[in-house]
Amino acid sequence: MQHFTTPRGMNRRHFLTHLAGSAALAAPALALTRALAANAATLQRNHKSCILLWMGGGPPSIDIWDMKQGATTGGPFKPISTKGDGQINELLPKVAQQMHRLSIVRSMSTREADHERGRYYMHTGFVPNPNVKHPSYGSVVAHELRRELGALEIPPFVSIGSASEGPGFLGMAYAPFQVDSNGRVRDAQAKVSDARRNDRMKLLDVLERRFVREDRGPAAAEHAKVLQSTVSLMTSKQMEAFDIQGEDQSTREWYGETGFGRSCLMARRLVETGGPFIEVNLGGWDLHENCFEQLQTKLPEVDVAMSALVEDLATRGLLENTVVLWMGEFGRTPRINGNAGRDHWARSWSVVAGGGGIEGGRVVGATNEDGTRVTTEPYSSEDLMATVCQTMGISLDKFFTASNGRPMKIAGGGKVITDLLS
Amino acid sequence: MSPDGLQRPRPFRFKLGIKTMARSAYWQSASSICCLLTFLLPWPASAAESSPAYQTPSSLIESDQVVARIDELIDQGWQENELRPSRAASDPQWCRRVFLDVIGRVPTVEELDRFASNRAPTKRRDLVEQLLGGEYAEEYARNWTTFWTNTLIGRTGGRQRRSLTNRGALEGFLHDWLLENKPHDQLASELITASGSADPEEEDFNGAVNFLVEKLTEDGVQATAKTAEIFLGTAVQCTQCHNHPFNEYRQDRFWQLNAFFRQARMRRKRDPEDENRRLASVADEDFAGEGRRVLGDDRGEIFLELPDGKLVDAEATEQTDAPIFFELRNGQVRVAYPVYVDGQSLADEFSDRGSPYGNSGAVQHVNRRAELAKLIVADRQFDRAMVNRLWAHFLGHGFTKPPHDMGPHNPPSHPELLDELGQAFRAAGFDQESLVKWIVLSKPYSLSSRIGRANREDDPTLGATPQFSRFYVRQMQAEQLYESLLVATEADATVSAEERAALKDRWLRQFNTAFGTDDGAESTTFNGSIPQVLTMMNGDLVQRACSTGSGSFLDRIANDPQLSNREKIIHLYRAVLARLPSKEETNICNELLAARDGDVVGSLQDIWWAVLNSNEFVLIH
Repeated sequence: MQHFTTPRGMNRRHFLTHLAGSAALAAPALALTRALAANAATLQRNHKSCILLWMGGGPPSIDIWDMKQGATTGGPFKPISTKGDGQINELLPKVAQQMHRLSIVRSMSTREADHERGRYYMHTGFVPNPNVKHPSYGSVVAHELRRELGALEIPPFVSIGSASEGPGFLGMAYAPFQVDSNGRVRDAQAKVSDARRNDRMKLLDVLERRFVREDRGPAAAEHAKVLQSTVSLMTSKQMEAFDIQGEDQSTREWYGETGFGRSCLMARRLVETGGPFIEVNLGGWDLHENCFEQLQTKLPEVDVAMSALVEDLATRGLLENTVVLWMGEFGRTPRINGNAGRDHWARSWSVVAGGGGIEGGRVVGATNEDGTRVTTEPYSSEDLMATVCQTMGISLDKFFTASNGRPMKIAGGGKVITDLLS
Repeated sequence: MSPDGLQRPRPFRFKLGIKTMARSAYWQSASSICCLLTFLLPWPASAAESSPAYQTPSSLIESDQVVARIDELIDQGWQENELRPSRAASDPQWCRRVFLDVIGRVPTVEELDRFASNRAPTKRRDLVEQLLGGEYAEEYARNWTTFWTNTLIGRTGGRQRRSLTNRGALEGFLHDWLLENKPHDQLASELITASGSADPEEEDFNGAVNFLVEKLTEDGVQATAKTAEIFLGTAVQCTQCHNHPFNEYRQDRFWQLNAFFRQARMRRKRDPEDENRRLASVADEDFAGEGRRVLGDDRGEIFLELPDGKLVDAEATEQTDAPIFFELRNGQVRVAYPVYVDGQSLADEFSDRGSPYGNSGAVQHVNRRAELAKLIVADRQFDRAMVNRLWAHFLGHGFTKPPHDMGPHNPPSHPELLDELGQAFRAAGFDQESLVKWIVLSKPYSLSSRIGRANREDDPTLGATPQFSRFYVRQMQAEQLYESLLVATEADATVSAEERAALKDRWLRQFNTAFGTDDGAESTTFNGSIPQVLTMMNGDLVQRACSTGSGSFLDRIANDPQLSNREKIIHLYRAVLARLPSKEETNICNELLAARDGDVVGSLQDIWWAVLNSNEFVLIH
């Protein structure tokens, strides 16, 4: 179990006593200001976290985790041995040294090979449906662990560098908080004194509640909830978690001075602060053209940051409570097209997972010799999500009541990939 | 060498098989309000041709009748679903939403007063006509330029570094188009067939090419998908690789549609002014087919070089067929020629015209994009797609979810209404302003957004099929918010138009992220999440709006000797919420004024900040 220190300096309690002294309005405690008082407990962490390394665009896992050297589909790279069971691309030597902590699932087989649909499906465990918007990984985790997150003042679901998928029917209170990889949270500084802002918030609170009472649908109340989270964020010492300048130079260099490196480092800081779900985005995998040339620069970026993240988490004792999951919306065609690229391919591809109770060093499943077909039990997004949820202590038997009133199982009723656990 | 067949009129086929009526019959049947079908049919046979004269489009159709028909069919849905609609929205509420949806900002206090002072029973209609008229022409054009630019190239299109798309040039093209209110079918044709340079500095500049410019890479796959999505309301993206999982769209249809774009070439050249910039242009060129080349000789005759190296005379042989190839999932390779989505092939079409060159890729034989544009605007799906898109803009939900994925797999909530509105739009010469007017004057648009006892079930966010028995609350777009703040506070009155545009652009950019995938997908953080709220609370736009400097909006209100403190507060409320403060709100505002001990402008600043940060302001209701 991980304990965290109470933030020093201006904490919530401190902030509230300030308010009491100087605010012009002696209005009773209102919803928006009450939010400030609720969480001033000692930070204590008894939940697991997950870092999703999202490879937007669909990475060619056949060139990375499930190489087919010798086959016509194989590509120019050589595989190297790792500290785990499988071989991986030679451009990932540092990750190879961490593979005893990570496992490869080589038998992912899905049906969504369109970016938008694939992104949705892999994030939610559901295929897109015009009548209901499903919550993505981070929103599910934030929602299910909400009772254990009392001391968390920053948003429970942070997406670094891109948008992730939305909260669906769970509502905007569980939406991803999007920040860029340099960690600057735009406009987080209030422009007026605390006392003055408190006066403003009191009037705003009246406005918000009046409009909610008028019963015009959920958007009004969602806005009020997000306002609360925003105030909580603005006044929190935990904001420092976003600032990777708080790390020494050598640590930053270890993760790599790249967008992905900074994002991974920020993710580690957020996990340390108690954030239960952090998505780190690395885009640019839509390699229809010059796939191999581009991998020459992309893979080393992944290698440095991903290996540093896994090792750092392990060294700090965080890895046993933190799932690390590497995936994109689909893989890419075994066939190499006329532009030395690979196109969208969902039928047989790989993801990587480790930490948080997921076994390391394993290779789960296999594909045939040219990578066009899964030869073992195929796994879906639902299965993967069920596995991650189970290891994070989220009950798979729980039903959400979707906004359309239909009961809906977490992870779409997927079955746990037992080879990844125990 | 004559472009055989291209100019010959094509017999117009009405796909629903309804017989066309003589123009005179239209006027006789126009009195019937029970069915639009009876007065929609007789557009001239030339409607599908290249340059019809649309002189008096909106007068062709009586707005009242279309509006009555909308009300009737929507009411039918209420009856069938045992819903009782919400009460009508109050005049100021309705006025606020019309301003936001038609010209993209909230009404000023003066505009609210003007509307209130009109006692005529036609006051709502009068307002809509005003907003569509000369006084607001510029604002209307600005708002719909935003709408169409975002539809055509997204919010990030042309905003990335080194993008070949010139966003401003496309905006300029659309702005002119909207200012003149030219018909939507011509707009579609222009965009689909555009040739010329994307950059305004170039001699052959044509702003319209900026829709397609970056979509022609990868053999025009994105051009195909976006054209179908935007102009036909059908999502064919995934049929590029395989048959659609849920509907009848097949992979061959995708590539047959794609074949229409294969004469279109994008060329890049270095910007003479800027080393690092590339300028793009689009032109139609002879396309010999995949694996073949077009050769000209010095007498100007055209030969084709086949894959085996053989030369054949382009005029004299069926070898002019220019095929493309695509691969099925099982690895089989298939051939495709231009065939429209309804199965109509150019080969048959041309042979009806007496030409053997329907499959040719030579521009002298056939201009594939021009043929496609004609087929699209003649297709009933073209008008339905536009109706669905605009309905969704005004009512918050389209007749299908999402509006651009229509088809048998996704039946519309109101098929009859969708179809009849589509026909009315077509009969009105594809006049966007008419369509806007009909929707805005309809009963569903006039309802309150408050949920009643007998229509709580009607909630599309809960998965229900929308019945439009109340006005569904939705959030303002970032652009609407920006313009509303500017108008309410006259913040940028002293700034030049150019500087204004740059400021706005910079502010809008902060919210958008592109996913960097080939489909141009993107997302916005102006979606009700924390970054948006932070922007409103602490960002510089609201800071500017809350300025109390000399001559600022708040300064003027605070120091207006004509206004009592109470009236000052009322003014702030009306300026963005179009209502008076409640008793509770008035009390707390008065407390604030009292506590600030005479600092009126400071108190107003706090009130103004709170109002601008409220859910009520950012929502359209």
